[in-house]
Amino acid sequence: MDLNTLWFILITVLFIGYFFLEGFDYGVGILHPFLGKTDEERRILMNTIGTFWDGNEVWLLTAGGATFAAFPNWYATLFSGFYLPLFLILLGLIVRGVSFEFRSKDKNPRWRHLWDWMLFIGSFIPALLWGVALSNMIRGVPIDEHMTYVGGFFNLLNPYALVGGLASLTIFTLHGALFLTLKTTNDLQNRARAIAQKLWPVTVIIFVIYIFLSYLQTDMFTKTGVNPGTVPFLAAITLLATGWFVKKHHDGWAFTMTGLTIIFATITLFMGLYPRVLVSSLNPEWSLTVYNASSSPYTLKVMTIIALIFVPIVLVYQGWTYYVFRQRITKESELEY
Amino acid sequence: MDVLTLSRWQFAITTVYHFFFVPLTLGLSIFIAILETVYVKTGNEQYKKLAKFWGKLFLINFAMGVVTGIVQEFQFGMNWSEYSRFVGDIFGAPLAIEALLAFFLESTFLGVWIFGWEKLSRKMHLAAIWLVAIGSNLSALWILIANSFMQQPVGFVIRNGRAEMTDFFALITNGHVWVQFPHVFFSGITTAAFFVIGISVYHLLRKGSDFELFKKSFQYGVVYGVIGVLLVTLEGHAQAQYMVRVQPMKMAAAEALWNSENPAAMSLFTIGDEKNRKDVFAIRVPGLLSFLAYNKFSGEVKGINDLQREYEQKYGPGNYVPPVAISYWTFRLMVGAGILMLLLALFGIVKVLKEDYNFSPFWGKIFILSLFLPYIANSTGWIFTEVARQPWVVFGVMLTKDAVSPAVSVGEVLTTLIGFTLVYAALIVADVYLLKKYALGGIAMAEEAE
Repeated sequence: MDLNTLWFILITVLFIGYFFLEGFDYGVGILHPFLGKTDEERRILMNTIGTFWDGNEVWLLTAGGATFAAFPNWYATLFSGFYLPLFLILLGLIVRGVSFEFRSKDKNPRWRHLWDWMLFIGSFIPALLWGVALSNMIRGVPIDEHMTYVGGFFNLLNPYALVGGLASLTIFTLHGALFLTLKTTNDLQNRARAIAQKLWPVTVIIFVIYIFLSYLQTDMFTKTGVNPGTVPFLAAITLLATGWFVKKHHDGWAFTMTGLTIIFATITLFMGLYPRVLVSSLNPEWSLTVYNASSSPYTLKVMTIIALIFVPIVLVYQGWTYYVFRQRITKESELEY
Repeated sequence: MDVLTLSRWQFAITTVYHFFFVPLTLGLSIFIAILETVYVKTGNEQYKKLAKFWGKLFLINFAMGVVTGIVQEFQFGMNWSEYSRFVGDIFGAPLAIEALLAFFLESTFLGVWIFGWEKLSRKMHLAAIWLVAIGSNLSALWILIANSFMQQPVGFVIRNGRAEMTDFFALITNGHVWVQFPHVFFSGITTAAFFVIGISVYHLLRKGSDFELFKKSFQYGVVYGVIGVLLVTLEGHAQAQYMVRVQPMKMAAAEALWNSENPAAMSLFTIGDEKNRKDVFAIRVPGLLSFLAYNKFSGEVKGINDLQREYEQKYGPGNYVPPVAISYWTFRLMVGAGILMLLLALFGIVKVLKEDYNFSPFWGKIFILSLFLPYIANSTGWIFTEVARQPWVVFGVMLTKDAVSPAVSVGEVLTTLIGFTLVYAALIVADVYLLKKYALGGIAMAEEAE
């Protein structure tokens, strides 16, 4: 395997880390104003991810930085091309990030209400738009022979991409609801589980439509024939299994299943892309690939050494924090936020 | 307005705004770590109270730094795609390393520190804040490695139509990094020191129940401030001497030095005619610029006109003169704020040595307002260093006008420029409101919020 492919895999891993971890963060943020009936309940909900959200978000920053370092053309075309959606994601992340720190530092109900909704909006927008962005990447967008996106904003809002957005939105929300069944107690836990039960069939229906449209709109599956292979199959199975585990109140298993769905679905999308990183709808020759978009072999080598040393270290200490702060959050907990 | 101008405004606004929050994070993280170290060593609960009080303000500020930092990670690709393509091979690496080495460290352990007071042993909890401090300052180091490449590009070759990295070691041992990083590091210390001094003096004036605690804060603050401001000044001097050699045009612009001089005079006050490149009115001290540049009262300092001729020969026809007035005045504001801070920090030390914690209303007000001085110095310092590099985005390698994204329209940049500006304006109101509330609320409010 060459370094270009290795870096494609590494960036896939970083996006998986981001979607898995921030997936439940976004889910909690989206459910926050609806699930939390009282101020105390909302504080509990916010504090379930209070320790982790910032560290989780760094997965996105690292994915962005790694894309810049390993595939500068991918970074340049993607973020200048998907300019306004990315802007909306950034605004979302900005208001969401400060809402944790700001919300409970003032007693005024209107102040708290404001930041509750900032948390909601800031979680909702990226949860929706990452699905839109990934779907466009694989469906193909107008990219000319100079690797410049020439499509404009509304080109990105096609039905396929929007269904992709709904898919990421629903799976993250479901993932977040299941995370809450593991981090809360009693009434709040029961309500989170009830929401997961309602969300699951909706998620399944949207995924079925998305898979169906993927056959029509992308070459993701036509490349592989009728049998798409193990990974997409596992994504489907784990999503279906989620419903059964939720019903049986096996919360830990249910959360594991949505986590696996996110992992396998992300791998499926990136496998469908490979060896391209951005598909040109104008001419297949103009697509960006892991070769024409990449850095020099020297840079890839330097970055490989650094990544192989530090990614495992990060995994160990982040894993440790989840262990230390594994207890459920109740009203007796230290509610910092 | 064209895409280039709007993109430059957006980069300037979002970056200067981001840097309102960064230096305080850099310096205050270490300050809190020191307070908590004293607490763990001595078991004196007062230091725990202080760590928590300053910690509250740290967190409010940190959140703003984090969220405005996300924009930084992506806007090179968004607005400067041709820049990203051309130098991504070498410039992307330090950005990725910054995220992997520094952002993970500070973000993860800040969560541990916030929520870990009861869950962790004292030593583990102390380790968490030190890791936050190390992570924050490491992130400054890596972003300055990236910025230093723009000021003094090293370790690359132009190949395949772009700048490709040939020597990673040269990138991180770039001489520019090692004059710039200490300057930024100590400006962080200074920012935190004056933040602590200003708020402590407010409480010392009130003479409330937490007088003793803020007396301690003030003592630590002025010591921290003297160290910070002395070293930031010395480092700034070293950086300026380095600039004379590596970016002579930047120095010439900082001094509005139109023609080469030997020995060169330093301008105290100049009103210039930028278009015709001459002085309208100027007070200059003979020989002083040569002395500052070379430690002796002789030696040529190159002027703008000579450098322009030199660069035309080297890089072809074009205007290589940065905006002189902005360079000149931002440089002076930075240095002026620095001198004021030095005097105030020394005055503070005198007060501590005399064990005199009574402030007259006048001096009390001065110390409280001095909280803003580092912000002036930090912002003007960066505006100077980036504006006086123009018209280059990477000195001698790429012009700013060639760096902008062709895929982005005027309407799109205008939308985002207005969007960022409005959201940032609203957030600074909320941020200042909370900072003020908790700063003035004192120890009692920080404890009540538990």
